[in-house]
Amino acid sequence: MENDCNSQQPCSKQSMSRRGFTVSAAGAIVTIMTSCGPKRLHDVSPAVLKRSLAEMEAKYSAQYGTNVKVSDTQPIPGVLFAQALDISRCIGCRRCVYACVGENNQSRDPQIHWIRVMSMEKEKGVDFTHASPYYQPAEVPQEGHFYMPVACQQCSNPPCTKVCPTGATWTEKDGITVIDYDWCIGCRYCMAACPYGARHFNWSEPSVPKEELNTSTHYLGNRPRPKGVVEKCTFCIQRTRNGRYPACAEACPVGARKFGNLLDKESEIRYIMEHKRVMVLKEDLNTVPKFFYFYAT
Amino acid sequence: MKTIRSFTDFARGSVMLVSQGPRGYWVWLAFLSILIMSGLLAYIHQVQAGLGVTAMRDQVSWGFYIGNFTFLVGVAAAAVILVIPAYVYDWKPIREIVIYGELLAISAIVMCLLFVTVDIGRPDRFWHLIPPLGYLNFPQSILAWDVMVLNLYFLINFTVATHILYRAFHGQHYRKGLVVPLVLLSIPMAVGIHTVTAFLYNGLAARPYWNSSILAPQFLASAFCSGPAILLVVLQLLRKFTKFEIKDEAIHKIAELMAYAMFLNLFLHGAEAFKEYYSDTEHLLYTRYWYSGINGHNTLVPYAWTAVFCNILAFGLFISPKARRNIVTLNIGCLATYMGVYIEKGMGLIIPGLTPDTLGEIYEYYPTSSELRVAAGVFAVGFLLFTLMLKVAVPISLGEFIRPATKSTA
Amino acid sequence: MRTLLIATLAIASAAAADKPKTVEKLEVPPPPFSEGIFPCTSCHATMKPDRTRRELTMMHVEIDLKHDQEHRWCLDCHDANNRDQLHLASGEPVKFEESYKLCGQCHGEKLRDWRAGVHGRRTGYWNGTKGYLLCAHCHNPHQPRFKALAPKPAPQAPKRPVD
Repeated sequence: MENDCNSQQPCSKQSMSRRGFTVSAAGAIVTIMTSCGPKRLHDVSPAVLKRSLAEMEAKYSAQYGTNVKVSDTQPIPGVLFAQALDISRCIGCRRCVYACVGENNQSRDPQIHWIRVMSMEKEKGVDFTHASPYYQPAEVPQEGHFYMPVACQQCSNPPCTKVCPTGATWTEKDGITVIDYDWCIGCRYCMAACPYGARHFNWSEPSVPKEELNTSTHYLGNRPRPKGVVEKCTFCIQRTRNGRYPACAEACPVGARKFGNLLDKESEIRYIMEHKRVMVLKEDLNTVPKFFYFYAT
Repeated sequence: MKTIRSFTDFARGSVMLVSQGPRGYWVWLAFLSILIMSGLLAYIHQVQAGLGVTAMRDQVSWGFYIGNFTFLVGVAAAAVILVIPAYVYDWKPIREIVIYGELLAISAIVMCLLFVTVDIGRPDRFWHLIPPLGYLNFPQSILAWDVMVLNLYFLINFTVATHILYRAFHGQHYRKGLVVPLVLLSIPMAVGIHTVTAFLYNGLAARPYWNSSILAPQFLASAFCSGPAILLVVLQLLRKFTKFEIKDEAIHKIAELMAYAMFLNLFLHGAEAFKEYYSDTEHLLYTRYWYSGINGHNTLVPYAWTAVFCNILAFGLFISPKARRNIVTLNIGCLATYMGVYIEKGMGLIIPGLTPDTLGEIYEYYPTSSELRVAAGVFAVGFLLFTLMLKVAVPISLGEFIRPATKSTA
Repeated sequence: MRTLLIATLAIASAAAADKPKTVEKLEVPPPPFSEGIFPCTSCHATMKPDRTRRELTMMHVEIDLKHDQEHRWCLDCHDANNRDQLHLASGEPVKFEESYKLCGQCHGEKLRDWRAGVHGRRTGYWNGTKGYLLCAHCHNPHQPRFKALAPKPAPQAPKRPVD
């Protein structure tokens, strides 16, 4: 082969400068693209983030014909969120499911529900093999049944963030596992990795009726999602980072849902953990969920 | 200047080679083109309407595409089954055909990459995987590892194959200092790509059917029979339709190695079945769904037992020297191997892993016609690539396709 | 796992925010009286209390007591001398706005949980003023057991696309 440069055959100056030019041109292109091109929202500077949010607001406002706000409320220092659900009280009425749908702009068609209420038999206990989310009796609670709503458990040792090949999902400082909807490539590896079926995919273009859109959104939470990406419960990040309770907690008519800051000794969550019988789902998988099921009575 | 000239000679010569051929060649090409067009149209529809046109849903979020991907990674890894006897044991009869294993590996990797592309929800964001433009979650994500090792393996095979052919085109022997190390490197790389692909599934605690230590050895064992099965058929076809020569003992040796690989595959499946049925825990559910169905959900059961039957038949045929030497039983064995491994490593791996789902629900997945069309299109692309590469490679290795002006050696 | 989590929390609680302890008197919305029924003294001021345990036939007949009705009746909670308030077992008067003290006599652990914010519907702010409701806002004191609700629609089962 010509242009074999070695000690026996010194390279010609011409071939060196040609090679050198190619290398530096490639390097320049890469540098330009990596500094100017789109990046994970996790990595961008606050200024770039603000610009991205303004673009999102313009896009969604035009799409829905209303004034959509996308905020970037940061985690509150010294806060680690957790939620607890009282299975002695849950009656399986599903009001939390639909409150969540409305608050978080989930697609109505195809239908996406972030919360799935599993109806289980008291005799069998917590047993997913014999559970069903499709119960529809005239009234709940049904005799001999108890109910466990399941959504993202916001694990402290999440199996889903480990597997994402593009780093589109990660856990924030306040413990909420979030997804960058503009970075996700839709490979669905995280869905295979989640032991709780908490992640949902936009199999088609999601549709939210204009008049039902919640216009107070967060860029990592309930802003309208595109087709082909994964989404899940974010502990109502747009609410909770502003001190409010998640929509499901407020909607529950029997007060079965509790929420708070694990790092606050005086919080309801800590009270529950210290005084009630608390369990987590699939404990043997060592996911260390921050969603606790407890028995208050 | 000279390099460009010789490359254009090669390109022009290759174009002439692929544009000439007997009738069967053109019928084959036409058939593949129809499949590719059909697949392309189906894929365009899928991109526009979303992955909802497939039968995949939240409950079974991976399906036919990823099943095919997994099977084809195995086929790609299997080029190595030729490399080991040829270079490690210096067995000359196989040396000449290593190149065809590599061409098969290249085609298989291309199909793997295509299957991943058609499966992801946002193919326009594929570049998110490529550093430094994107962000590759290496080393945490096993998928990131898979991206790297598959591309590296592709590069090795591509480099070796094109180098050998290009040098032969010039009437020169390949440079041993370049080829032998790369070829020897391809052995651990082949083991590597399939181990990493196995780890993709193996590492998920959420899916007990996959979370089994034997998955990586099982993948390797089934890979080492399925790849050569295709290759043996191709080599016999080449022998029939071109002046290509291959010693019978090379073919028989490959078949013998496949027998051992199939034995290991069957043994590992048996070990898995024992563990599930004897321990009789909740995890048995997934295996039961595959082999006997649950509560009347038994769409996949016929396929499960077909795969078992084919694998055992293939083993029986290949372990017998007489059956290996008989051209009919040899090819039945190849077909049985391909069918058996295709079923149990494709749908037979993905679907039972996801059914019942994490909350106990059973959604019976089987591909839609749209998925079948796209998959057929991807297979057709791979077969077309392989055909065209062979159309150039065989004349080169026979010395028929050689650079006009250069007849001298290096 | 719980041990690990609590150990982590113990270490982390050094940085925990300072929160005031739950106070004796909690801000609650007004009691959910039936329309026009309060103040009770508008009728009862002039009536002589009849402490005979009986089933009422003249007024308040719509109240069907299903709350330990074998052992209790109206005047065990309602103050016979001043119908605008309730009374504890000791006779100590309790305002309607603090009726939780009365419920807490028998349902002590519920009262304790309610004070901590763990029993009952959650409104307000998790890091600020929590919204409390009276027991009576959710539980009818005469028939406290919740009626069954009609559940909202079940999720759609996954369906193959029409081929």
